[in-house]
Amino acid sequence: MELLFASAIGVLTACGIYLILRQRTFPVILGLSLLSYAVNLFLFATGRLSVGAPPILQYGVETYTDPLPQALVLTAIVISFGMTAVIVMIALSAYLSENDDRIDMDNPSEPAKDDA
Amino acid sequence: MSHWIVLPIVLPALLAPFFLMVIRHHLDLQRIFSVAGVLVLNGITLALLNHAMSGEVSVYELGDWPAPFGIVLVLDRLSALMIVLTSQLALAVVLYAIWSGWDNRGRHFHPLLQFQIMGVSGAFMTGDAFNLFVFFEVLLIASYGLMIHGGGGTRLRAGVQYVAYNLIGSTLFLFALGTIYGVAGTLNMADLAVKAAEIPAEDTALLRIGAVLLLLVFSVKAAVLPLHFWLPASYSNAPAPVAAFFAIMTKVGAYSILRMFTLIFGPETPVAQGLAGEWLVYAALLTVAVGMIGTQGAAHVARMTAFITIGSTGTLMVAISLFTPEASAAAIYYLIHSTFATAMMFLVADMIIERRGDSISQRRPMQHGGVIAALFFGAAVAMAGMPPLSGFIGKLLVLDAAWDAPDVVLIWSVVLITSLIAIIGLARAGSLVFWKAFDTGSGRGDVDEDTARREGVVFPTDAPRLPFVPVFGLFAVLIALTVFAGPVMRFAEDTADQLYTPQLYIDAVLKGPGS
Repeated sequence: MELLFASAIGVLTACGIYLILRQRTFPVILGLSLLSYAVNLFLFATGRLSVGAPPILQYGVETYTDPLPQALVLTAIVISFGMTAVIVMIALSAYLSENDDRIDMDNPSEPAKDDA
Repeated sequence: MSHWIVLPIVLPALLAPFFLMVIRHHLDLQRIFSVAGVLVLNGITLALLNHAMSGEVSVYELGDWPAPFGIVLVLDRLSALMIVLTSQLALAVVLYAIWSGWDNRGRHFHPLLQFQIMGVSGAFMTGDAFNLFVFFEVLLIASYGLMIHGGGGTRLRAGVQYVAYNLIGSTLFLFALGTIYGVAGTLNMADLAVKAAEIPAEDTALLRIGAVLLLLVFSVKAAVLPLHFWLPASYSNAPAPVAAFFAIMTKVGAYSILRMFTLIFGPETPVAQGLAGEWLVYAALLTVAVGMIGTQGAAHVARMTAFITIGSTGTLMVAISLFTPEASAAAIYYLIHSTFATAMMFLVADMIIERRGDSISQRRPMQHGGVIAALFFGAAVAMAGMPPLSGFIGKLLVLDAAWDAPDVVLIWSVVLITSLIAIIGLARAGSLVFWKAFDTGSGRGDVDEDTARREGVVFPTDAPRLPFVPVFGLFAVLIALTVFAGPVMRFAEDTADQLYTPQLYIDAVLKGPGS
């Protein structure tokens, strides 16, 4: 199970890194999502993998699973979900106003237009 | 003291939803409450600083759960100083945004700024590594909104880059925390310090990986080379008051490095041998060099200011990366200076941009040109580290602290030569902007056609005067920092002493309040 889990995280991370190096915003956002899935699984695994073990104290139970990583993962999922929503909105409005969805900028020394 | 410690986080956290839900459409009311909120925050943080001056480490247990099971907020000298800096900077930024009308160019400036203050204060006070991540995300998500405040295609595209870069940073942060939790089984910073010291040096491989990942994350925030690429585009395209407030954001990274690598991975612990101390200083020196040389190549005022911010943060990182009490005291003094000087530079840059456009080239003379030139000169003297302002004292302290370091020749030559380069760059920009202006009558015929068409901006002839007040306020703080350098430096030395006796912090957190 450990091998399967570890290779799943590895594949997700590799795909995520490949995608965030792309030029258009859509693959980059997909890559960020894949990376956040990978890190969520990774956080989940930091409490060690165990099957069918309860996270809270019960009578007559010997083995427990660590509840803290589950709480951490929950927080991380909520945050990464919100962040993905934000970057989708910003990327969408950048695309709509500039009609271009490349992630790099033409002329980095070009300042923002001050709509005075 | 009991509940006062949590107020710098709770107050903005309550104000922001109030802005959004109750007075969403009343900009005047938002302005009043925003200024009032920041003033109250200033009072609270100053009282907290006064309390922390005694050297006591105060602990606030959220939900009354004792550490290491619950999350704690910790108020020591360093965190008290940082929240005072945050609230004072916020006051200047709020006043500037109101008087220059920036808060009216998009929506929700004031609630976003309050969320940003909440995140920054939280990051400075938390005693839990995962909670630090959460507060990083709070301040980042607010900064995403502030960064694209006012809109515009270029700003939005710079915003996408900024968000993407920081999301990758956040992912890295989580990987680091996961690795550390997997080894140590705790994320409370004081508890981590105890656990990390107990692990024998030969079993620390994973923990060291976690520490280096953390260092990378904080270096992204502090814009240390080679992780600085996000800064120039983001800061130069962000609205100026926001960029001025972002002066504290790079300091969040610097603070986190200072905190983590004195408390948990301190220079004495076996885990940290060869981690940060040995190569961070070279990265920091490169950062100084790139930042200061970048001022030469920048064709726009905002971009030049962004580069000199990198240089200033780099100087701070040089002082931090020496990891000795003397160097950290110098770093704390330079940190105060750098925060205010950077903010002032961005506000002055905004005044120039508002009146004559961003390009460093010959244009017609601008309104209030004399006062702005004087302020630019003051800010430039402070940023470049020329006497008589606090930048000079700060750099002198940093160089003095580097005297015993193995690379003293390298550090001295890089810092001094890049200071000269920065002076040349700033003088070039200043003389082109202020002295080589030419007068060919009124109207916009004097701006060359191409620029006018591209920028599509009509420069105002009756720019408001009130924005000068916060800029002069920041300048006054810099002068005060120079005049009272002695007392400030004594405080910085006390702070550094407290940082390098982590046992105080650990005892205070793990035994709870009243121990």
